[in-house]
Amino acid sequence: MIAAKHDHPTNAQKFTDNEPRAHWHDQAIWFVRSKRDKAAWTLPEWELLRERASQIKTHMLSNLAGYLEQFEAEATQRGAVVHWAKDAAEHNEIVLSLLQKHGVKKVVKSKSMLTEECHLNPFLERHGLEVVDTDLGEWIVQLLHEPPSHIVMPAIHIKREEVGELFHEHLGTEKGATDPPYLVNAARVELRQKFLGAEAGITGVNFAIAETGGFVVCTNEGNCDLGVSLPKLHIACMGMEKIIPRAADLSVFLRLLARSATGQPITTYSSHFHGPMEGGELHIVIVDNGRSKILGTPEFRRSLHCIRCGACMNTCPVYRRSGGHSYETTVPGPIGSILAPSRDPAQHSTLPFACSLCGSCSDVCPVKIDLHLQLLTWRKQIAALGLLPFDKRWGMWFAGKLFSHPRLYEFMGKVGRKLWPWLPRFMVYNGLNKWGKQRELPPMPKKSFRELYAERQRQKKS
Amino acid sequence: MPRVGLFIPCYIDQIYPDVGLATCDVLERFGCEVEFPKDQTCCGQPMANTGCTVDAIPVAKKFIELFASYDHIVCPSGSCVAMIRSHYEHLLHDEIEAGRVDRAKFKHVEKNTLELVEFLVDVLKVESLDVPFPHKVGLHQSCHGLRELRLGQCSELVSPAYSKAEQLLKTMPGLQLVGLKRVDECCGFGGTFAINEEAVSCMMGNDRIHDHEEAGTEVMTAGDMSCLMHLQGLLVRQKKPIKIMHLAQIFAGRAVT
Repeated sequence: MIAAKHDHPTNAQKFTDNEPRAHWHDQAIWFVRSKRDKAAWTLPEWELLRERASQIKTHMLSNLAGYLEQFEAEATQRGAVVHWAKDAAEHNEIVLSLLQKHGVKKVVKSKSMLTEECHLNPFLERHGLEVVDTDLGEWIVQLLHEPPSHIVMPAIHIKREEVGELFHEHLGTEKGATDPPYLVNAARVELRQKFLGAEAGITGVNFAIAETGGFVVCTNEGNCDLGVSLPKLHIACMGMEKIIPRAADLSVFLRLLARSATGQPITTYSSHFHGPMEGGELHIVIVDNGRSKILGTPEFRRSLHCIRCGACMNTCPVYRRSGGHSYETTVPGPIGSILAPSRDPAQHSTLPFACSLCGSCSDVCPVKIDLHLQLLTWRKQIAALGLLPFDKRWGMWFAGKLFSHPRLYEFMGKVGRKLWPWLPRFMVYNGLNKWGKQRELPPMPKKSFRELYAERQRQKKS
Repeated sequence: MPRVGLFIPCYIDQIYPDVGLATCDVLERFGCEVEFPKDQTCCGQPMANTGCTVDAIPVAKKFIELFASYDHIVCPSGSCVAMIRSHYEHLLHDEIEAGRVDRAKFKHVEKNTLELVEFLVDVLKVESLDVPFPHKVGLHQSCHGLRELRLGQCSELVSPAYSKAEQLLKTMPGLQLVGLKRVDECCGFGGTFAINEEAVSCMMGNDRIHDHEEAGTEVMTAGDMSCLMHLQGLLVRQKKPIKIMHLAQIFAGRAVT
């Protein structure tokens, strides 16, 4: 079976069709971008920090194998068990076998985009386990049976009224209640029961420190701490690029991460784990899942700098107006549009074009990924792979020929301008003309610049 | 007197000839000897940005040949200049390595191609423009001008505030610059993006227009006619009163029409 090709423009149009909602989405996310700006300006050394973070990541990626081995040795020394997964399937199998070995039936999870990427929840559910996402936003989308639409704010696309309705249905809150403290409290009560009943906690990893074999998980709700303090089994799942060389590097990233993500000086909880708790087990699953393939491509290697702050999404004018789900990938927005084609260029061929090349993502990125340039490179590769639609491909071939022949170009321009006034409106504005759907075409002048310039030069001489 | 090769992008040549003429007027007023090499067509950006680099390469090669003999190459479009300054090297890498493009000529063109405003400010050191323009002007800072040529401070970066276009506009008698809420958000043009992602593109454009409406813009201006073409399309369809003019037209003292 050939999987259906994802089509960003169509998805985006569906999102913008509900104009008030699209505007609400844009403004909600722009608010976060503005908070980020204010937070960045509180640090005069902001640009220096970005440069430093970028250099650390470049260094790490150039020595990744060594740092991974060092991390494994140090973590093992501290009593953790390190597992290696080459892909999502292997990752899921490792997690399942650990859970089954401990006879676990109920799991609490703290937000991890990696487990989303590996589709761990449905996999564990198929094997009869109950998995509860304990990050509030993540839990809301879980109850809605939807994927997150943003990597930091998974339920940013859902309005308060909709949460009220959802909680009324699932938690028995009052119908029509939209008061955030009331709803949050209801969630807290329900989730507390889930924490108490859980036999294992799964978390992500924000930063794994090669030097110490420890790792850090950043949350705003403390759900990571709760989820791994009560059960005896903690499984931490991390992409292999989450390594940083030294504990001293951590401050650089912790200062950048929360400011870039939400405009906070630091996340409310930065939980450090160095070995298992007393009487408990700590397992760390290090996942490749296509990352070494990206590492092997010099033009996209830098996308592995990503610390998943979501700043590129918040700044992206296209993401804000098309919604995270329009990307049909675990990681949406600019960085997602780089990562997804490396998995399957045919499936995700429209994503690098869901971009006006405004470059805002590259300037906002705390680890200086040249996002818009990588998207441009993807466009080139998609064209080279023959994945461009027919009209684009041949349109550009024609343009190339036209622009290579100045006389032909001049002639076609003249003919166009002569014909233009005679064309009836229906021939210009119809279903074939996407420009004209909401926009008028510019008025055609009688003469081109080159003609007027020639006249001007003649007048000057005379 | 600097000898300037005038680069008028294809769509300005064909659709907005007065922008080209205004550019000549401004450059000549400041003492430049302006020449328009008539075999020029396009810099190759539409093809390159769509991924069709094989179609862009011959166009870029021709461009270099045509312009290599000028002291400066000046163009009233940040986007086209960014194509040459930021993207030609990558695009032509193999051609240069194989000797099919003269490296010295390429380097000269790459270094000396300038957007009109930066040429006025950085090379000619123009400090003020004694051209009355008694209107409320809203400046659209085009993305390529900003984030590739750094013609102004980019709102994402923690760096000193400046804007080369604003710097000149502010000196014009009677001209009143309006303040926007989102100072440098994209207008949604983006070349083939405007067609490919029509829905998002138009929503971005309408949002830009709304920001200008709230700020009280009478004349919307930019260093890139392509952004303005897209915004004009929306304004005219919706019969909105805001006028569009390229910076060159304002600098040249054209009347608002």
